[in-house]
Amino acid sequence: MAEPRLRLRVAATAAGVLLLAVLVVPLAVPVDPQAVDLSARLLPPSWQHPFGTDDLGRDLLLRCLHGLRVSVLVGAVAAVAATVVGTTVGAVAAALGGRVDRLLMRTVDTVSAVPHLLLGIFVVALFRPGLWPVVASVAVTHWPSTARIVRAEILSLRTRPYVDAALSGGASRGRILVRHLVPGVLPQAGLAAVLMVPHAMWHESALSFLGLGLPARQASLGTLVQHARSSLLAGDWWPTLFPGLLLILPTLAIAGLAGAWRDRLSPRRRSELTL
Amino acid sequence: MTFRPDPGTGPGAHARIDPGARTRIDPGAPPRAAGPPWRPMARMAARRALSAVPVLLAVTFGVFAVAALSPFDPVKAYAGQAGLTASQAHLDELRANLGADRPLVGRWWDWLTSALTGDLGTSTVMRQPVADVIAERVGWSVLLAATAFTLAVTAGTLLGVLAARRPGGLMDRLTAAAAYVLEAAPPFWLGLLAVWVCSVSLGVLPSGGLTDAGADTVTAGQVARHLVLPALVLGVSQLPWFFLYVRQGVADALAEDPVRGARARGIAERTVLFGHALRAGMLPTLTLIGSRVPELITGALLVETVFSWPGVAAATVQAATSVDFPLLAALTVLATVAVLVGNLLSDLLYGLADPRVGFDG
Repeated sequence: MAEPRLRLRVAATAAGVLLLAVLVVPLAVPVDPQAVDLSARLLPPSWQHPFGTDDLGRDLLLRCLHGLRVSVLVGAVAAVAATVVGTTVGAVAAALGGRVDRLLMRTVDTVSAVPHLLLGIFVVALFRPGLWPVVASVAVTHWPSTARIVRAEILSLRTRPYVDAALSGGASRGRILVRHLVPGVLPQAGLAAVLMVPHAMWHESALSFLGLGLPARQASLGTLVQHARSSLLAGDWWPTLFPGLLLILPTLAIAGLAGAWRDRLSPRRRSELTL
Repeated sequence: MTFRPDPGTGPGAHARIDPGARTRIDPGAPPRAAGPPWRPMARMAARRALSAVPVLLAVTFGVFAVAALSPFDPVKAYAGQAGLTASQAHLDELRANLGADRPLVGRWWDWLTSALTGDLGTSTVMRQPVADVIAERVGWSVLLAATAFTLAVTAGTLLGVLAARRPGGLMDRLTAAAAYVLEAAPPFWLGLLAVWVCSVSLGVLPSGGLTDAGADTVTAGQVARHLVLPALVLGVSQLPWFFLYVRQGVADALAEDPVRGARARGIAERTVLFGHALRAGMLPTLTLIGSRVPELITGALLVETVFSWPGVAAATVQAATSVDFPLLAALTVLATVAVLVGNLLSDLLYGLADPRVGFDG
């Protein structure tokens, strides 16, 4: 991009505002987002209701922010779970090598061979309803990529002199893995986890939209879009438009931040495709 | 790897008038052989088919293992409402009849052996054999996916070349920004917005289904009208990825010697863009096409549901909503097969496009 600093600033501001809105607004505004007001049904956006109201007269801005909060929480928990599983599998595979490595990597290949959303749908369909099946289904589909990254990184770390030094000092394999190798991959695994959050949110919203996700009282952004379908066919666009925009924004903000981070690590190669 | 004599550089090859022909000295370009290397390609396909067997075995077993871990009970699902009032003896009998009392491995093996004879069980939600459900619907899904993919590839190539022509220019920045936004936008949301604009506000296109309500025959004209919106949305959701790769590839190729040479000889800018830069820049992209099958399936799951398109992806969602295990299991395995075939296709294309890679994978 032409102005990397500008991009960083825009992305950081957007991410900050979103995070603030998610953390503060639902606590600071004492209005119940579920409170039904049938006299204010489907009001178009105005100063009083910037995002309008839905078919039960609930303020959409408030509902969207609550929904964003649910989406971010589910996405973050799922991303952390996937990263923990992926890091463990990748580290064990790289450290033990041989048969275990082959078996684990074949498992990774097998899980990756099933399209993500389909695998998620399958898991949620069998374990539903509730919050945890959704988190689990997103984690189950996302850990293989982290496992691959961690394994490759540990394999390259293993040949470093400090590992040889630890070995000649008499350290056991387990100790070398835990003390010397895993800490070395944590920054990369952490970056992968952060990048995974928007993807996990996307995933959760798709499941919720299909009616397989969170229950209605924990409305996420995907639930809001699904709920808006009937209003849309009557020509009321705002209940559909705004939750979708709020889904796009975090993805762009985090992609921008990650891009800036990457430019900092390797300023010469500014390919936009290698996230 | 053996090098064949290159017919493109033999005597008489330079007699052609096409100005582009003589400038193709890209060192990475394949030596022009008489035809595709069928035998290595067939060997690779056979090897991949063999290595797909353990993956498919693992996926099918995984499907059964996850179901066994879950609270899902095939007997209750089969009995439905009647299961609430039926006696325990009756339920036990049903359990024995369905084979649900047998161990996990036995159930998996039964399913696998009958699946190989074409019997995939009976769908509880569609109330017909799973094989029939798939046979009826897979054609519509292929039609939708093929139309959408053609659209994405055509539009992505054109826009990519236009954007790469002047990196950092207005066109480049606008299209790239739009691509990033589109890539982040969920396809179901794009689908709903398309319905709002084209069906609700303008009223020009139908909002869903395969034919108009009340029509009892499927005519080509009706299908075409109903195909427009879903194919457009699915295509647009696949477009950003393709566009970004073409843009990068062409922009890189434009900075290389063959292009500089072509420009120095005064060849028209359009020939340079499409004949030189695009040809070189498209290669890596074309070969990635097959590996996009998972994303295409993900998009189809959402788009087919939004537009009530009668394909296998919409059936998957219905099967999941009503926990129709036989249908869901079969469609999951079908999707895995599609992904593996896509990967093979991608590697075959890669070997064809760049002979240094070969067909050893």
